[in-house]
Amino acid sequence: MKKTGSQIIVECLKKEGVETLFNYPGGAILPLFDELVSTPFRQILVRHEQAAVHAADGYARASGKVGVVVVTSGPGATNTVTGIATAYMDSIPIVILTGQIPTHLIGNDAFQEADIVGITRPCTKHNYLVKEIKDLSRIMKEAFYIARTGRPGPVLIDLPKDILVDSAEYKYPEKVTIRGYRPTLEGHPGQIQRATHLILKSKRPLFYVGGGIISSNASKELFHLAEKLGIPVTMTLMGLGGFPGDHPLSLGMLGMHGTYCANMGVMESDLLIAVGARFDDRVTGKLESFAPQAKVIHIDIDPTSISKNVKVDLPIVGDCKHILSKISSLLEKEETLSFKEGVHKWHRQIENWKAIYDMNYQQEQIIKPQYVIEKIDELTGGEAILTTEVGQNQMWAAQYYKYRRPRTFLTSGGLGTMGYGFPAALGAQVAFPNRLVIGISGDGSFQMNSQELATAVQYRLPIKVAILNNGYLGMVRQWQEFFYGKRYASSSLEGVSPDFVKLAEAYGAVGLRATKPEEVVPVLKKAFSIPEPVVIDFVIDPEENVYPMVPAGEPLNQMRLV
Amino acid sequence: MRHVITLLVENEFGVLARIASLFSGRGFNIECLSVAQTLDPTVSTMTIVTHGDDQIIEQVLKQLNKLIPVIKVVDLIDKDFVEREMVLVKVSATEKTREEILRIADIFRGKVIDVGSKTYTIEATGDEKKIDALLALLKPLGIKELVRTGRVAISRGSKAMTELS
Repeated sequence: MKKTGSQIIVECLKKEGVETLFNYPGGAILPLFDELVSTPFRQILVRHEQAAVHAADGYARASGKVGVVVVTSGPGATNTVTGIATAYMDSIPIVILTGQIPTHLIGNDAFQEADIVGITRPCTKHNYLVKEIKDLSRIMKEAFYIARTGRPGPVLIDLPKDILVDSAEYKYPEKVTIRGYRPTLEGHPGQIQRATHLILKSKRPLFYVGGGIISSNASKELFHLAEKLGIPVTMTLMGLGGFPGDHPLSLGMLGMHGTYCANMGVMESDLLIAVGARFDDRVTGKLESFAPQAKVIHIDIDPTSISKNVKVDLPIVGDCKHILSKISSLLEKEETLSFKEGVHKWHRQIENWKAIYDMNYQQEQIIKPQYVIEKIDELTGGEAILTTEVGQNQMWAAQYYKYRRPRTFLTSGGLGTMGYGFPAALGAQVAFPNRLVIGISGDGSFQMNSQELATAVQYRLPIKVAILNNGYLGMVRQWQEFFYGKRYASSSLEGVSPDFVKLAEAYGAVGLRATKPEEVVPVLKKAFSIPEPVVIDFVIDPEENVYPMVPAGEPLNQMRLV
Repeated sequence: MRHVITLLVENEFGVLARIASLFSGRGFNIECLSVAQTLDPTVSTMTIVTHGDDQIIEQVLKQLNKLIPVIKVVDLIDKDFVEREMVLVKVSATEKTREEILRIADIFRGKVIDVGSKTYTIEATGDEKKIDALLALLKPLGIKELVRTGRVAISRGSKAMTELS
């Protein structure tokens, strides 16, 4: 049957089970929008294309589905770049459809022309320019397949206007065959066997798990194996929620702002089992002294992650979920029991570290940001979905909220994108209209995408934004305090930010403020009871720092604790 | 260490750009690169000569494999292989040097492919060392211009690239 390019795209989106699109229209993409009018897709019109991608990203992280973005050519497309790079660094499946000027004009510097395929080549998993309409349905199918399989990631499709308008015979390709793309899912059986032996021989084993646990939905398998053997678990920022943060075996986050016991655990461990993690510099600190006593097993679906930074003793390429359950199935009951007894000493050592230094702060006359996060944890029982911006707010949210379940902590880990959290919260709320979604924010970060208040109000997305307002670009200020002689160059926002309560009200949202510690809980309770978007301005201690801190490039046991 | 990597890639626009931007974006170096279609018009073969320690080369190979349009990657340094490149060189030819140039070309089994009143253009093929040696001899006589193709390489023995591991 003959269909226009726009109709073919709509058909393909339906076939992929897409329900929601994050949109911003413009000239080159208008034929597709015209077709979208009469479709059942939920369409969220954002106020800036960057936010469309962050929202689709938040939707994807919270739900596990592929997020979809539709924008126009030129500036519409280039505005998506930060969002795409964010998703790429954190391996988030999204498909971005960009309009493009008609094929015969490409290369002419036409109005709203940008070589978005060239621009996004290094920050997409793959991208396409559709040159002939006969390729369109195949490309659509491939794009979704590539985005969600293997190590997931963003895929962009550039759609020249004439392709959207022209007609062609439409036949949905039922199968994908890409000869250069065949992700390894099942780990090598010999390697899995060897890993099992290494684990059973270890005395001080430690799981070091990253975002791969979440993207492969392997939390259950990890939980099962960790409990079965009594192996403690530390998580990267991306891995939080992959193992329950309130479980006795959880050491919390490791790395630059990791817990004392997690970092000491890495230094003293004799077997590090890295699962879906990539030995990022914010995790390892000084590479040469990372896990100095440990043999390293590395399980990852992406071969390029293995032995990139740290030499690995036993690599296993494949899907974490499959490999962890395979290891579990290889364990015999008796050896499991005797192993579990053997690691008791290791548990005591970890308890000691927890006793020496646990996350703490002093609540004084002024609101401490950690207190706000702790109270959010208490009031929600860890059941909310939290998003963060980047900087101090992100680290406090990582340290003081105990994520019980996967896909409840959405944060830009790899790229570290300020302005991510608020639109990502919108996306998560779209995916889960009945869940409590809280955007932890800073007074700096919030202003990077505050225009999305209009989107939140338009679609009545009842998200709660908690601004930890210290009047500074807090993490910048902290680095300047520690490493630049307290010269606060361009990091103070004191007295020059908008009144966030009035700002919220101007958009038609609810604005609340807390300036004293005793107001924190009542304000949170009130916010949670309002079924509308709420912005809460928490006026916090301006010079509170994030501790512990391992200065960049130092070994993990060189932690500043106060 | 020097490595000669040969690739099979989808013969579609943008593939070369993907590979080039992978090298530049990750700070890998390309000494030379050549690319052309194979018998199967949907597939091209690429030969890349690069340098790096074992860890870097391991990353190069893995990152190349990760690109969607890359079908196969083989590091020929682990294998027995032959490599060749071609050079076209325009040499100043005076009455005094004409004979000398022809003799040198002959020794290297080069061919004169263009003659002018003041120049000879010589074509020669060989491995890198041979081409370098030829150029070293011609240089004192006055090289006006030269173009080299970059290496192409193929494994020895009966196995095709698709059969190599």
